[in-house]
Amino acid sequence: MDVVTLSRLQFAVATLFHFLFVPLTLGLSILVAIMETKYARTGDETYLKMTKFWGKLFLINFAVGIVTGITLEFQFGTNWSGYSSFVGDIFGSLLAIEATAAFFLESTLIGVWIFGWRKLSAKAHATVMWFVAGASTLSALWILTANAWMQHPVGYVIKNGRAELASFGAVVSQKFAILEILHTLSAAYILSAFFVMGISAYYLRKKQLVDFFTRSFRIALVFGLIFSFFEIVEGHLHGADLAEKQPTKLAALESHWETSKRAPIYLFAFPDEKHARNAVQIGPIPGMLSLLAFHNVNAEVKGLRDFPKGDRPPVLITFGAFKFMIALGFYFALITLIGMFKRDKLTDSPGYLRVMLWSIPLPYIAIELGWIVAEVGRQPWIVYGLMRTSQAASPIAVPQVAITLVGFIVVYGLLGAIAAYLMVKHIRTAPELA
Amino acid sequence: MVLQTIWFLLWGLLWAIYFVTDGFDLGIGALLPFLGKTDEDRRIMYNAMGPLWDGNEVWLITAGGVTFAAFPKLYAVMFSSLYSALMLILFCLIVRGVSFEFRNKVESRAWKKVWDTCMFLGSALPAILLGVAFANIFRGLPIDQNGVLHGNLFSLLNPYGWLGGALFLALFLVHGATWLAMRTEGDLHDRASAVANKLWYYMVAAVVVFLIVSAFATHLYDNYLKHFVLFIVLIIAVITIIATKVSLASGNFGRAWVWSGITIISATFFGVIGLFPNMFPSIINPAYSLTAFNASSSPLTLKIMLIVALIFVPVVLAYQTWTYLMFRGKISKEELSYDEGY
Repeated sequence: MDVVTLSRLQFAVATLFHFLFVPLTLGLSILVAIMETKYARTGDETYLKMTKFWGKLFLINFAVGIVTGITLEFQFGTNWSGYSSFVGDIFGSLLAIEATAAFFLESTLIGVWIFGWRKLSAKAHATVMWFVAGASTLSALWILTANAWMQHPVGYVIKNGRAELASFGAVVSQKFAILEILHTLSAAYILSAFFVMGISAYYLRKKQLVDFFTRSFRIALVFGLIFSFFEIVEGHLHGADLAEKQPTKLAALESHWETSKRAPIYLFAFPDEKHARNAVQIGPIPGMLSLLAFHNVNAEVKGLRDFPKGDRPPVLITFGAFKFMIALGFYFALITLIGMFKRDKLTDSPGYLRVMLWSIPLPYIAIELGWIVAEVGRQPWIVYGLMRTSQAASPIAVPQVAITLVGFIVVYGLLGAIAAYLMVKHIRTAPELA
Repeated sequence: MVLQTIWFLLWGLLWAIYFVTDGFDLGIGALLPFLGKTDEDRRIMYNAMGPLWDGNEVWLITAGGVTFAAFPKLYAVMFSSLYSALMLILFCLIVRGVSFEFRNKVESRAWKKVWDTCMFLGSALPAILLGVAFANIFRGLPIDQNGVLHGNLFSLLNPYGWLGGALFLALFLVHGATWLAMRTEGDLHDRASAVANKLWYYMVAAVVVFLIVSAFATHLYDNYLKHFVLFIVLIIAVITIIATKVSLASGNFGRAWVWSGITIISATFFGVIGLFPNMFPSIINPAYSLTAFNASSSPLTLKIMLIVALIFVPVVLAYQTWTYLMFRGKISKEELSYDEGY
């Protein structure tokens, strides 16, 4: 195990774990703000109870999101010093702006929200949560713009052996960033919706606190439905843009080996990376890949064989993650659509409610798979086409990284388990609200 | 060159603000086993930091982020060479951060003890380690021409490093105890006040020893001896240290906290100004040192980031001041019974 591999594993562990908590912060802050606004407007105490109930879950989640986020900022420097000195002008700036414009607002105002119930009016207090939601969204914008730059570097010039900023406007307005932002935010909103729906479904099935949880379910349902459908359309656009800008990733996520026009998508395929082909590929839909990737059934799609071996990403992981993510994406749209039809008679649909409870983990899986596609699919590049991951790591000793890697796995594992335990414990107190 | 100098000072300022804000949180956390005699005392101590600690901690993220943006080479070398120390600080901050939210969620003494331990270690260790790290930066580290450190965590734990640790700890403990005295009543208030008053002497000792030893162990005084006017930073520190004691003794804790805060800022700037233009000096060969001039990003980046900083730092200071003012009153026992806070 060398430093690069260990550092990659560590970054993956840290990011995938952080991203178990970020999406819920992004989406649940909005849902709680909606609930609290309804309370502020109507004075209906049920909305206040909803705000506090879902708010407590939000706070447990938020705490873990915050502390695991610090890790990432540190890690660019600790483990990826080669990368950091090369891209600091651009990437560092985006991170610094994220901190000054967004993190401050989010972290300062959450303190006001937690402690300011009796210091602010109902309307003012609800507004604070909107600001927290807005600030988290703003932070997502900046970090995703930073990631988009890694996927498709723009607005730079190579000088003194580094990527120096040439156009800030180009960096922040590029299409790839906008599509990546919309994609990630929608995914976060879907996750948050399913979280609320699933927990609500648990109690609706037991016919407890029916009004409370029906209201919660329905607010989340609309949220989830809109973004599930949006995500399918937007995901496609994001993929089509990616096809132009990251041809190796596109080829990998479709396990497309032979350059061809009228390139097909297979109903089922299994890659054989060693021999640069698919071991299995059945059920070809002719021209589908060309159509989806370039909106032209006769377009040429480059296959992995046309790229040097050292430039190809890991195919099985990228392909598998991509296909599962898509399947889940369609499932989310379907199941929320069904929910729309059942929304007036949820307690009469125990089967559906049970499905919704068990669906809670699915958006989490989908979102992590998405990140795996994004980051593993970008390999061997740390900045696509500009810098290789193998050149980016810090000149530090293997034991150091090995120790911290184990440390993260252990500490994060414990934190995750404790957070889950506390959330379940809190969820179990719902009957006291009756 | 001017741009880089401005950024150097801004960098110093951001670290200073971090130390003033999170400094009192770390101080209170480090005092938890000593001042938190009852469960109620401890809850009050958590709540004294409660509304503000998270916003305070972002100054660290910002200081780090700005280091990355304005001085990428420094960020790369500093963070990778101080790997073990930074990772240790990080793990501490992680367990401290969740302690706030988790501690009171289960009515079990064992549970609370675990989180109180996390809070204590998660506060005391970062305070000390930050001092160790900065002392080593002031002194210089064995980095070569490739920015590789010829050492490890243990080479940082040299006597001067420990002295830095003791100094930071002292500053944060006084700052924390003062804040606590300001926000509490009754027995806890009296004990916090007594601790603040007592630890002040330890702080003075640490400052004096640090200032004397720095003359021999570092080149910090070089800039001062060239431009005597810079000594104003030390003069300010002396004045505010005394003012802190005066306010503490007269029971004016809010004011004492402000004086103690300015002391921390002056102390930080003493080091930062002394360091200039170095940011990460090499004791192997001065030519290998990272400076504000050889480690910075391009002029365009510095310009854009300066605009960002000039807009946002005052804005952030404004709304954070608003929250500080909102939560400066006394925490009563009654407050603990409400279903909010920690």
